[in-house]
Amino acid sequence: MYAFDYHRPTTARQAAGLLGKDEDVRLLAGGQSLLPMMKLRLVQAGDLVDLNAVDELRGIARSPRSLTIGAMTRHAEVADSPDVAEAIPALAAMASTIGDPAVRAMGTLGGSIANNDPAADYPSACLALGATIVTNKRKIEADDFFKGLFETALEPGELVVKVSFPVPAKAGYAKFRHPASRFALVGVFVAKRSADIRVAVTGAGANGVFRWLEAEEALKARFIVKSLDGLVASTDGLNSDIHADAEYRAHLIAVMAKRAVQQATA
Amino acid sequence: MGVTKIGTAVRRKEDQRFITGRGQYTDDLDRPGQAHAVFVRSPHAHAHVRGIDAASARAMPGVLAVLTGEDVAADSVGGLICGWMIHSKDGSPMKAGPHPALAQGKVRYVGDHVAVVIAETLIAARDAAEAVLVDYEVLPAAADTAKTQAADAPQVHEVAPRNTVYEWQLGDKAATEAAFARAAHVTKLDLVNNRLVPNPLEPRVAIGEYEPGTEVFTLHTTSQNPHVARLVLAAFIGIAPEHKLRVIAPDVGGGFGSKIFIYAEETVCVWAAKRVGRPVKWTSDRTEAFLCDAHGRDHVTHAELALDERGKILGLKVKTIANLGAYLSTFASSVPTYLYAPLLSGQYDIPAIYCEVDGVYTNTAPVDAYRGAGRPEATFVIERLMEIAARELGVEPVQLRRRNFVKSFPHQTPVIMAYDVGDYNASLARALELIDYTGLAKRKRESARKGLRRGIGFSAYIEACGIAPSQAVGSLGAGVGLWESAEVRVNPTGSVEVLTGSHSHGQGHETTFAQLVSDRLGIPIEQVSIVHGDTDKVQFGMGTYGSRSGAVGMSAIVKAMDKVIAKAKKVAAHVLEASEGDIEFKDGRFSVAGTDRGLAFGEVALQAYIAHKFSGQELEPGLKEGAFYDPTNFTFPAGMHVCELEIDPDTGIATIDKWVAVDDFGNVINPMIVEGQVHGGIAQGVGQALFEGAVYDSAGQLVTASFMDYRMPRAADLPSFTVDMTVTPCPSNPLGIKGCGEAGAIAAPPAVINALTDALGHENIEMPATPQAIWRACRNTPAQLAAE
Repeated sequence: MYAFDYHRPTTARQAAGLLGKDEDVRLLAGGQSLLPMMKLRLVQAGDLVDLNAVDELRGIARSPRSLTIGAMTRHAEVADSPDVAEAIPALAAMASTIGDPAVRAMGTLGGSIANNDPAADYPSACLALGATIVTNKRKIEADDFFKGLFETALEPGELVVKVSFPVPAKAGYAKFRHPASRFALVGVFVAKRSADIRVAVTGAGANGVFRWLEAEEALKARFIVKSLDGLVASTDGLNSDIHADAEYRAHLIAVMAKRAVQQATA
Repeated sequence: MGVTKIGTAVRRKEDQRFITGRGQYTDDLDRPGQAHAVFVRSPHAHAHVRGIDAASARAMPGVLAVLTGEDVAADSVGGLICGWMIHSKDGSPMKAGPHPALAQGKVRYVGDHVAVVIAETLIAARDAAEAVLVDYEVLPAAADTAKTQAADAPQVHEVAPRNTVYEWQLGDKAATEAAFARAAHVTKLDLVNNRLVPNPLEPRVAIGEYEPGTEVFTLHTTSQNPHVARLVLAAFIGIAPEHKLRVIAPDVGGGFGSKIFIYAEETVCVWAAKRVGRPVKWTSDRTEAFLCDAHGRDHVTHAELALDERGKILGLKVKTIANLGAYLSTFASSVPTYLYAPLLSGQYDIPAIYCEVDGVYTNTAPVDAYRGAGRPEATFVIERLMEIAARELGVEPVQLRRRNFVKSFPHQTPVIMAYDVGDYNASLARALELIDYTGLAKRKRESARKGLRRGIGFSAYIEACGIAPSQAVGSLGAGVGLWESAEVRVNPTGSVEVLTGSHSHGQGHETTFAQLVSDRLGIPIEQVSIVHGDTDKVQFGMGTYGSRSGAVGMSAIVKAMDKVIAKAKKVAAHVLEASEGDIEFKDGRFSVAGTDRGLAFGEVALQAYIAHKFSGQELEPGLKEGAFYDPTNFTFPAGMHVCELEIDPDTGIATIDKWVAVDDFGNVINPMIVEGQVHGGIAQGVGQALFEGAVYDSAGQLVTASFMDYRMPRAADLPSFTVDMTVTPCPSNPLGIKGCGEAGAIAAPPAVINALTDALGHENIEMPATPQAIWRACRNTPAQLAAE
């Protein structure tokens, strides 16, 4: 780790103020990605703004139509929340599969989506559920938020405050874990919403999370596993590495999509 | 507090300390005035070093020294050595290139040690290491085992043309060719034995110290054999005279072979401690462990098995290219030769065997012994061949094995080994019973109904352990003898300290060795302590590897205890005023035969030290004896492992459903510890078969340099093992022990791959059989796979 200046604000306003100060200011949420990178000296932060004392960024609120989760809410809190389990059980189930118990005890929703790791789970949930990301400055639709590899619509000085998830009619998530890292090699989140059906894929795309429109179209007729029979994802734009080439990833997208629909309709 | 008998599953004495975080590993130690070392490592697989500019690094705050290959040469620090001479078939000695402690003019793999920065703090050393500027002229790399001998491949060492260290052979070529000429059927197999990174939980650590008053050096290090480390550092590298160098290996957190070897980093810490006048500590990080710890396996092999019309084996021929990496590590040359080819006969009566092995250099990390060392490679060859041959001949794999088992002992194979004892039919029969072989067809149907494919795989392994008779290994080129030493010190109060040349780095010696002493001397296990790992305390010993601590190390303890008992009988005779011949020793008590007169072990110990009842002229006071035990033969643990698994063709995931292991380790001291060794070995073997694989790209960059890409086995990957044993006691050592540390790692890979190929219906799958590879193998026909 390189040396850095450490800050521990107690309000989102203070945090945003510190964030605006300089180019190499980094926000510390759960630290499950940032700290290992810093330890390996792959990331150098001039200033580290620790959000762990900002209570207003935490918590889960439920309304009849939506579920709102604070940016600093831990994965374990989402996984264990009765409100999440009742409103969007697939979201609780997804959170319970992120990393391992140690990661879930520290890692946060806001940290995950702001980092936008192409193999993270949360981006697929946000995109499939049509979530709204609320920052200290504005509201951003999930469709506009995830911009590519580790890139988001967040601007300098902007931090995620909370995420609002509309409650879907049905939803499911299936993940094929990367053999070594246990991130999503392919993760597929499906949601049947009042207006549409969405299928979001994480892990597979070279440019991060994306929607599989052909599957969405196929599920419109009937939201059942059979609707996806014979459908194969395109290998265009998929990752290829020693663990999975594009062809295998494309195949797994279809398999995981079916398993996600299976869960959603079980 | 009673006696703990041999054969009792007593809990491990050392676990309280380890589980509660009170172990003392090398990194837990800090020496007064200690400085920190960070190595500058090559980012290139192959390059000339045109210059090193360390001026700005030396000027940074807290930096004590930046040392390079020039300083190593100036101080005449010798190069690292390979301690086993192998001769090629033309009689020429192996072609070993220089292996300097810090690079001199050239780097040969990613991670090669170029310079060392020593600073007041670890952070200062890290910062300065980044400021050392090395001018590299990058060269093309030879990274591929199968291609490194090509005429146009980059040359790793000048002394080894075509990157060939040796072209070795074993067995009778003419007899083998004759056997193949008579064969009714020949089974052929091309295979890759995948490259593995050892990954012990504790990475390597070294603290070098120098005391100018006494001119004594001390090295605390993570070693499986501290005396051998001292010998090599003194006699070959020339760091210090042997009597002025103390090597201490305290608690060590796993080795699997990787901590046998004498590496550059430990050498540099000792040498630099005198240079900078401060203790110097280096702790490997996980990336360094991936890049620089000696890797394991990495063979490319073609093998053929000749059988007659009745399925009886006539002959076996094997050609292997063994990757030795960029430099020859301490025992690298012996692993793919004498630890490999002599085991190719497996459990079978094979009249003729011929094996050729080319040891080759590449621009990759050195490759040396890793759990099993040569024997897993041999077992994989013969057990895959047997399975394939059976399928080709339409015979049950079990039946083909039975037909060819060695059934009478001793059995001389055509490749050096003389198997002393065993009962291979017994372990097979028990394994079939435990796996419920008769229910297999039904289980396969049930799996198919769920859309899954079930397969069963057998592995009849044998290994040569208890390494090894010194004369025998000397005649094969070993630079050392492989006996073991022990000293049994009885204290005046009757408690006992055993000083052993074996070294425990997870094996539980503090328990099993103490259990042996408790049983033999009839004293409570709590009154026995095992001392190991410090060259100033323990007499010269050879360390722990090759499943030798039980068969060789404990035999030395038995020998020393026999001397203690003999001496104690003399003491007891004086005290009890009886003739020595009338003294009996039983259950911890010395008594006069036919009387009720006797003394407890502790009472005799006290009498030995106070020496009131005998004169020092007729009997020396004290009760302490030492022994060196040199085995007369290898030991031959063997057994049958059976793996049953299911493949999900949709994802390529293989799930192991059942695992039966029936091992013959001879007599067993502590069945719980033995079972634990079997479990760990299977886990590592399954890791090799399904998950682990070190991958270098064509430029020689290690693609799998972290746990993000190198897939270790996990508890959830494994079923609950069914472990059982058959026993044929080893006739060549006093305890009848064979050894158990490597069995699982040797047996498991062919069991898994044989099960996978059974499920797939064809043989086209290599290790590691990853989900992607299995998916592809499910989907494509063998012809399609071959075309890819």
